[in-house]
Amino acid sequence: MSIWEYANPKRFMDWTAPVMRVAFAVAAACLVVGLIWGFFFTPDETRQGSTVKIIYLHVPSALMAINAWFMMLVTSLVWLVRRHHVSALAARAAGPIGLAMTVIALITGAIWGSPMWGTYWAWDPRLTSFLILFLFYLGYIALWAAIEDADTAADLTSVLCLVGSVFAILSRYAVNFWNQGLHQGASLSLDKEENVADVFYIPLLICIAGFVALFVALVLLRTRTEIRARRTAALIARSQRA
Amino acid sequence: MIALLRRDLALAVRAGGGFGLGLAFFLIVVVLVPFGVGPDRSTLTLIAPGILWVAALLAALLSLDRIFALDFEDGSLALLATAPLPLEGIALIKALAHWITTGLPLTLVAPALGFFLNMAPDAYGYLLVSLALGTPALSMIGSFGAALTVGLRRGGLLLSLLVLPLYVPTLIFGAEAVRRGVDGTGATAPLMLMGAITLGCFALLPFASAAVLRINLR
Repeated sequence: MSIWEYANPKRFMDWTAPVMRVAFAVAAACLVVGLIWGFFFTPDETRQGSTVKIIYLHVPSALMAINAWFMMLVTSLVWLVRRHHVSALAARAAGPIGLAMTVIALITGAIWGSPMWGTYWAWDPRLTSFLILFLFYLGYIALWAAIEDADTAADLTSVLCLVGSVFAILSRYAVNFWNQGLHQGASLSLDKEENVADVFYIPLLICIAGFVALFVALVLLRTRTEIRARRTAALIARSQRA
Repeated sequence: MIALLRRDLALAVRAGGGFGLGLAFFLIVVVLVPFGVGPDRSTLTLIAPGILWVAALLAALLSLDRIFALDFEDGSLALLATAPLPLEGIALIKALAHWITTGLPLTLVAPALGFFLNMAPDAYGYLLVSLALGTPALSMIGSFGAALTVGLRRGGLLLSLLVLPLYVPTLIFGAEAVRRGVDGTGATAPLMLMGAITLGCFALLPFASAAVLRINLR
């Protein structure tokens, strides 16, 4: 029994149905608990006041915006190497979700930036690289939409995802070169003793968990929809031939 | 390979090849800028390198869809794909031909247009060098985009959406090199980084272009 058997569309539909339900439930629970805790039961930060509370939307969505692209990269590679159709469909499903996450991160960042930096937008390296990521998502989704043949579309978007990843990382570091930033450096990392004070950190972690679960659930939902659409198209094609 | 290069150059230069169009477009964009931002000479001096870089990038974009589309339509690309020359080599030559017909003339014309924009005297050399180093990367990245959209009937707009984000690093280092050159803060680092991008593009992107062309020719 290898892991690849789960990629069989029939089996995929079978095991993802309960997983998706669990993921939606976890997402709802975490987001309700995390957001309410974060918004109403954390103290105001000394310098930022209550504006700090937008962190509970900003950080998780920004995290997922990057991880969604990473997931697309992995599934694209799996499609190119092993040619599992579900993998290509999962990559397609993740695109618009990643785009939405990028937009959420940009908008919440702008709302947060206004009181803190005195401006909604600055050409800061982090902000700019997110804008570039947004453009990459747009191109990726547009290419999927433009090609009629499903396998060709999967192949071409996969190659675009690979090349795009290289250039996205390149742009990420090129913008550092181009302008100095307002945005603080990475506040969350795995190897630090304390990242953010615990009062803020625990609800933040719960929100991040909620966003991860939400992302998983939405990707599964959209992938299942794609599989069903594929099946319907196949059935229609068959009935037209008969 | 040389025969293919000659053929592509001849096709581009002769009637209907659109050889002059990119240059004319470059000129028009640069002429339009002072109307947009006003004729103040010090403002123009400030933005001249950036404008020239963006305009060169857009002018290069204009002729991208010609790299593969015409050959794809009349079937010569399918013939080329069965030729003994590997498709990677064909992709490389096509990008090179695109650079010789657009990137190189743009590079040579840019200082003259910089004169219109009242560019700082020190900037001419840096502009020339940075464009000469950067435009090959633009052609190579663009030919990948062109290969990606070759099978689409209305791929033009999509092509620009796909290619322009890929141009970001080249543009940053190119314009930064000129800016730092004028400031006297040292243009070597951005120029070297841009050279690295160009060489990396030439080393790796032909494989991506060829892979994409094979998919489109399937």
